[in-house]
Amino acid sequence: MTAAAASEIVAPRHPVRAWSGIPVLLALLAGAFLLHIAVGAKQLPLGTVIEALTRFDPTVFDHVIVTNLRLPRAILAVVVGASLSLAGALMQGVTRNPLADPGLLGLTAGASFAVVMVTTFTGVTNMALVPWIAMAGALGAALVVYFIARFVPGGATPLSLTLSGAAISAFLGALISIAHLLGQDTFENLRVWLTGGLAGRDINLLWYVGPWIAIALAGGLALAPRVTVLAMGDEVAQGLGVRTGRLKVQLLAVVVVLTACSVALAGPLGFIGLVIPHVVRLYVGSDYRWIVPYAALTGAVYLLGVDIIARIAIPPREISTGIITAMVGAPLFVHLVRQRTR
Amino acid sequence: MSRLETLDVNAGYAGVNILDGIDLAVPDGQVTILIGPNGCGKSTLLKSLARILKPGAGHVLLDGKDIHSLNTRTVAARLGLLPQGPIAPEGLSVRELVAQGRFPHQSLLRQWTRADEDAVNGAMAIAGITDFADRPVDTLSGGQRQRCWVAMVLAQETELILLDEPTTFLDLKVQVDLMDLLTGLAHERGRTLVIVLHELSLAAAYADYLVMMKDGRIVCAGQPDAIFTAERLHDVFGLRASVLRDPASGRLVCVPTRAHAIPHKVAAVP
Repeated sequence: MTAAAASEIVAPRHPVRAWSGIPVLLALLAGAFLLHIAVGAKQLPLGTVIEALTRFDPTVFDHVIVTNLRLPRAILAVVVGASLSLAGALMQGVTRNPLADPGLLGLTAGASFAVVMVTTFTGVTNMALVPWIAMAGALGAALVVYFIARFVPGGATPLSLTLSGAAISAFLGALISIAHLLGQDTFENLRVWLTGGLAGRDINLLWYVGPWIAIALAGGLALAPRVTVLAMGDEVAQGLGVRTGRLKVQLLAVVVVLTACSVALAGPLGFIGLVIPHVVRLYVGSDYRWIVPYAALTGAVYLLGVDIIARIAIPPREISTGIITAMVGAPLFVHLVRQRTR
Repeated sequence: MSRLETLDVNAGYAGVNILDGIDLAVPDGQVTILIGPNGCGKSTLLKSLARILKPGAGHVLLDGKDIHSLNTRTVAARLGLLPQGPIAPEGLSVRELVAQGRFPHQSLLRQWTRADEDAVNGAMAIAGITDFADRPVDTLSGGQRQRCWVAMVLAQETELILLDEPTTFLDLKVQVDLMDLLTGLAHERGRTLVIVLHELSLAAAYADYLVMMKDGRIVCAGQPDAIFTAERLHDVFGLRASVLRDPASGRLVCVPTRAHAIPHKVAAVP
């Protein structure tokens, strides 16, 4: 068969198919975003929401609700959902471990641990420092996990990384519990934070964290095509012209920043980073060139949706978002997998 | 002429030297096959040639320049590598796998183009895998999978292609098909191939230039007709074997001699 004949049979649908879902997801994102703002203790018509966002009038009470109370939380959901999903997708590619997520290599635990320790025992209250503390904790934990895995016989394989990550996460979790017992009073503020959620978050933190997240998200998207190549093994990747050592450091930096900033903003939210990339895979296949951008958008939509449920499930109270992510997500995921494999 | 050569290369891992003064000029447009016992350094030599491993001493020259003075992407545009036993990410389709071969030709600014598409389709056609382009690689048989990897390296469109034991774990028929495909690349398309092989008869049958290695050195190199002898096999592998010429193909084959002759069966006494 000649090359020309072959190209007629298999039309160039490889990039075309993959781009087609982006507008759908963007539309879903916009819809979920507006709905998220509209629902709550006082239901607002979607028209009012759009009006508040486009032609803000400070004398209209509903407009003030939108911009001061609800918009920040919706932005938070988008940012955190996108960050965690993208970080999870990158980690699954680099470690060649389908169970990898930001919690895996001790990143979430490290960031949480650092924030808890510093705020409990030093009384640091400067919000600008929180993302830095979280990043230092996440990076520190990642390095400890890596070096433990490195000195295991066989080196830093996906298995040894997973095991040492689980050990470090458990250990840091235990230390956080001890801090909890010792400092009941100071810990009260952190208790809710540690369940993970978007309620009552200090939105000013977004000003400090936002630029870092923006850079890391852009970096993650730019590096995505190389992740597929890297997932085929270091030697294949080098043969294709990837500088694997440098790429791994860049990817680690992206993942650490995204995880740490998400933890700083919303506490340790599990599940999203692990499952969203798998949901995306069901639709776009296994090329990280597509998994990564789709995961970011899907994660944002998902966290918006989950947070809507968290706010309206048992009014007037609220359930912690971190609890709903898994409660809603697990059955949804099982359903998706069953449908696709049937 | 030789675009790829080594000058007195020593190389190894973690301080242990494996290659000891390797001088090799890979002949252009031909199939060079490296053979030698396990641990002789043939894979190490291939990795040094591919720039995966940096020599402790000596130089690997690509087009006359030290390969480590060139950047990774430049090398990848001229030289393709298929390492031993590569693994595709679960669920990756054949087309997606082959498309990765275009990586060195792409950048942030230069995304997927018609030329990339043509290279991928052409590579799949040559490797004979167009029919299952949309199937996941991990659902294919070993032989089909290996053809996919070869197609990926082909899509890279490099003049030089290095392969580390591409026929391992394949049926003999599939091995032969794959070697026919690879030698065709050299003889019909002018590519230069360097292949590490385990199977001696296959190496003798397909090599234009055969390189025998032992203990990190090249023992001898040349056309199989000149160097593939029973005596050499004994020297290099410690193998007692006869080397015969197949009257049909004119190729050399090696038949190992058994340590213990088979006792003739004696009819059972009734």
